[in-house]
Amino acid sequence: MSDKEPVKSIITPTRTEYTYTPGPSAQRSLRALARGKLVGEICPSCNQVYYPPSGACARCGVATRDEVEVADKGTVTTYAIVRVPSENIDLELPYCTAHILLDGADIPFFGLIQECEWDAVRIGMRVEAVWKPESEWGLNAENIRYFRPTGEPDVPFEQFKEHL
Amino acid sequence: MADELLSAPHVLEYDYRRSLGEVLSRFFTGLRDRKILGVKTNAGRVLVPPSEYDPESGDATSDDWVEVGPGGVVKSWAWVNEPLGRHLLDHPFAFALIQLDGADTALTHAVDAGSEASMRTGMRVTARFADDTIGAIGDIVAFVPEEGS
Ligand SMILES: [Zn+2]
Repeated sequence: MSDKEPVKSIITPTRTEYTYTPGPSAQRSLRALARGKLVGEICPSCNQVYYPPSGACARCGVATRDEVEVADKGTVTTYAIVRVPSENIDLELPYCTAHILLDGADIPFFGLIQECEWDAVRIGMRVEAVWKPESEWGLNAENIRYFRPTGEPDVPFEQFKEHL
Repeated sequence: MADELLSAPHVLEYDYRRSLGEVLSRFFTGLRDRKILGVKTNAGRVLVPPSEYDPESGDATSDDWVEVGPGGVVKSWAWVNEPLGRHLLDHPFAFALIQLDGADTALTHAVDAGSEASMRTGMRVTARFADDTIGAIGDIVAFVPEEGS
């Protein structure tokens, strides 16, 4: 027998490699993002504004076509403080991920929150996007580095409870 | 002019660390020592790979361990013409169910047979261990056709 410690665990890797091709709505939205604009789409049936747009209304099942610009400012609808490292995420721990209901949109958008103490992040907090310098903008969501508090008064939960 | 269609690579990858428990811990520790170990059920069958429970009765397996192999018999196989990045071998091989000498069940592993034509159900193979073993299934690099068979 070996005098080494017994083997108590194994690493079981799983990996899939995709080539992601965004649909027409996502493509238009990405091209707008590369110009510093957040362009969503509105449902012709229920008037919900989707950002990012998927090309269809999840509620009505109809195609969305008309573009609507939404603000780079919004309200935190939920958040998490992440303290567990992940190999392919190059962020210092802890960091804060949040769902942010952008002004003009009806569904929340995913973002990071910084320039804020972790125990001060709260549901209803107003935040605004901090963009990369324009010269570094590309066709990806990383044009927005993170969101930071605006200092505006919190939004009462009642006002966004239908948009979680 | 229409915009060029966008596309980007997207890799989804998770490395799980799996806790083994006592039975599989013993199996993988055995591999690190270049031994293939099986566990006996109460009915005397030898399970390789070992498990905590006898799949036939549902009873816990015994504390009776035996070394099996390194030779065995291919019970079934499938040829892989184009290995993927995480496969144990970088050239064509067979995935096979191998019943090791002394075992009553079969272990899934790779057979490095060179060509599909060299594979047949019932052929004898033997384990080829890695130079450096770490306590993982890859400690057996592959099974190879037994010489003289
Ligand atoms: Zn709708």
